Amino acid sequence: MIAEQARASLGSMLGVEIGAGVPMVVDVPASRWEEIARYAKDTIGCRFFNFLTAVDWKEQGLEVVARVDNLEDGISLMLKTKLGSGVNNCASLTPVYRGANWMERECFDMFGVHFDNHPDLRRILLEDGWEGHPLLKSYAVDTPHPPYR
Amino acid sequence: MLDVNNTTRVEMDWSGPERLQMNMGPQHPSAHGVFRAILGLQGETVVDVDAVIGYLHRCHEKLSETLTYAQYPSIASKTDYVAAMTSEFAYVLAAEEIGKFEVPKRAQYLRVIVAELQRIASHLLWLGTWCMDMGGALGGGATIFLYCIREREDILDLFEALVGARLLYGFFQVGGVRYDIPDGWAEQCRSTIDRINSRIDEYEQMLVDNAFFLARTQGVGVVSRELAQDVGIAGPLLRGSGVNYDIRRNAPYSSYQDFDFRVPVETDGDCYARYRVRMAEFRQAISIIRQALDKLPAGPISSRPALKSVAQIRLPKGEAYARVEGPRGEVGTYMISDGSAKPYRMKWRGASFSNLAILPHIIPGHKVADVVAIMGSVDPVFGEVDR
Amino acid sequence: MMAALPAWLTLLIAPFIVLNVVIGLVTYVTLLERKFAARMQSRIGPYRVGPHGLLQPIADALKLMMKEDVVPTAADRRIYNLAPIVFLIPCMLIFATIPFAPGLGVADVNIGILFFLAVSAMEIVGLFMAGWGSNNKYALLSAMRAVNQIISYDLPFIFSALVPVLLAGSLKMSDIAAVQQGSLVNWFIFYPVIGQLAFIMFIVSTLAAENRVPFDILEAESELVAGFRVEYSGMKFALIQLGEYAHMIGSSFLGALLFLGAWSGPGPEYLGPIWFLLKAMFIFLLVTWIRWSFVRIRVDQILALSWKALLPATLALLIATAVVVVWRTSAGI
Repeated sequence: MIAEQARASLGSMLGVEIGAGVPMVVDVPASRWEEIARYAKDTIGCRFFNFLTAVDWKEQGLEVVARVDNLEDGISLMLKTKLGSGVNNCASLTPVYRGANWMERECFDMFGVHFDNHPDLRRILLEDGWEGHPLLKSYAVDTPHPPYR
Repeated sequence: MLDVNNTTRVEMDWSGPERLQMNMGPQHPSAHGVFRAILGLQGETVVDVDAVIGYLHRCHEKLSETLTYAQYPSIASKTDYVAAMTSEFAYVLAAEEIGKFEVPKRAQYLRVIVAELQRIASHLLWLGTWCMDMGGALGGGATIFLYCIREREDILDLFEALVGARLLYGFFQVGGVRYDIPDGWAEQCRSTIDRINSRIDEYEQMLVDNAFFLARTQGVGVVSRELAQDVGIAGPLLRGSGVNYDIRRNAPYSSYQDFDFRVPVETDGDCYARYRVRMAEFRQAISIIRQALDKLPAGPISSRPALKSVAQIRLPKGEAYARVEGPRGEVGTYMISDGSAKPYRMKWRGASFSNLAILPHIIPGHKVADVVAIMGSVDPVFGEVDR
Repeated sequence: MMAALPAWLTLLIAPFIVLNVVIGLVTYVTLLERKFAARMQSRIGPYRVGPHGLLQPIADALKLMMKEDVVPTAADRRIYNLAPIVFLIPCMLIFATIPFAPGLGVADVNIGILFFLAVSAMEIVGLFMAGWGSNNKYALLSAMRAVNQIISYDLPFIFSALVPVLLAGSLKMSDIAAVQQGSLVNWFIFYPVIGQLAFIMFIVSTLAAENRVPFDILEAESELVAGFRVEYSGMKFALIQLGEYAHMIGSSFLGALLFLGAWSGPGPEYLGPIWFLLKAMFIFLLVTWIRWSFVRIRVDQILALSWKALLPATLALLIATAVVVVWRTSAGI
């Protein structure tokens, strides 16, 4: 499917106008996160899972960002979903893309975002007993942490 | 799923197959850095692998929120410290994309030369350490390792003449590059890559006709096309599995479109295919460097005024995801700027982090010796995995 | 020349001399290997200790003697402590039957080859004891691989060593060497077709029985980090190293005796042992050359090579040798 078709179909699914460009930025409501991802993979053909991360917008809450690519047709989608203020639950993309497994674990580790349906959600980069989620804006850079044993 | 905290338990059942839980711990000669793989073994076959990473985590992403755009490029090289040039490249490209800065042509060509030299140096290290893993530190592997390191030292000499540092440079800055090539550097570069070209022929001869090497690498660690794209691995791993995608060709940056080079693709998906892709990339990198040296235009090396204070570079509000084709795959920076001198959020898309995620999918079913061969052909650098 | 002394004195002095010579040879052979490997890798090797590194083995021996003897708390002490000795003794014992010159040997028994092959296979007991007694998963895995590999490769080793026995018609080592005296053509390696094939198979089996690359999965540094030796330090480690290299040299001497004519060489007779030593070093360097050029192969590939390729080949070669010998004796050639 070529880029214009993808843009039009996604726009009609979500009811908004999606700007053209590489990548196409798509704002997805949190409840339709997995559905849109599955649509991107199966219908638009974005089978390459690039990355998934989160952004902490302080009062406005967290936003999960994922980028998927269709390597053959050159379509790149930047899927974004705002979780809402105070919310840190999000649907997991692991059933759709296997690469989301480690990326979501890192998101959980750094931001505290809990992904539902993730097969094995535990900290990946920090040690298991670490308290706090470092990349949140509320976590100061010089937060003292317990000395290691 | 293995119980991560209970690694001393040994289940030996005399009535059936015995299962042994073995730790290829963070300190291991072939772990390519600090990496822990908890292997569940049944006899000599691995049935389960739990990859534990994070031993080198320094939270670069939080660090970048405290450093300005002028300060961070030197730190960026510490993610993928084996290919430091491409790491800095990704960060600087993202900043330039947000700020819409034009990079002068000479700077772009210099960036290409340096990135391709870095690719050759990184692949030399890959070849040496991979053969050393497979052949033993006191054995044939060490021979190839020492030969490759000898060539790599020549390239590091070139970098030292250019930048002053051998391994971690501060060569890139927002708007251009920091140093211009000194006199005689181009001739030295040409003679070095000519020498490396002939030596690569020797190493290939040493390995390709070697039945032992073929027995160790063919059919081992097969990654299917579909799995490769689903997990998101990139670089030689993706091209070894049959996907014809190279960022330098599909989404050219920094005037890569001016150069004529071939993108090697193999379809087998095993360690041998990835080896062949990287060996072909050697030659393509040499060809690109020759073309760039021939066509190097005169001009300024930076479009920004000289730095007088660290907070000098301010980017407008915006976001961008810039990526380069590093030796290991797609190194990318997703940067969100809020108008100040420091980024609001910066995410490193590390090539090795995505590449390493393939291990739990392909290792079960192989023997212990294959774990080492597969790890070597995935070629992770843990600065990039853990950031 | 030993007949002038009483028998019991001969029995004490000869082994003493041989043991000392062997230990001295072993230490300097490590230096030879390091220098040879270094030159292959475009570097120099040990250089500083003594002129051109000639005192390096002495320094290594002193260092190992001075190291602390660390025993893991959970190790099976008796087996752990006995293992290096049990490993070392067969490796030293094989030198008993090798005649270094006509009449110059400790115990040149008339079943010399049989004794050598049988005793050299006993080192595997010591090896397994080391792996088991260390109470370490890596050591255990390595010990299990060792049992697999050495048992698989002992058969081709024996069969390829039996080819010269058939050609010479005797198990006694000095007889085999005596048949090859005279001229270069008499050496069994130059025996048409059979000699060369047997030599190649002997070298391959030796590589495997010695745990040398490409068959060194036992001590695969990149996987098992020194394998069964991983928990040993100090003098016990030195004993294991000594045993390994002694076995290596012993097999080289055996190869030189079986295939390269032992002490035959130009010049007067008292130069015989020198030629023998040079030929043994040639085989040792051949093995070292292979070691520093190849990567290792996996354990299942090693076993497949042995059982599916090498064993049938050596068996066929042995039968072919027997046929050829019978035909030549009956035809009177």
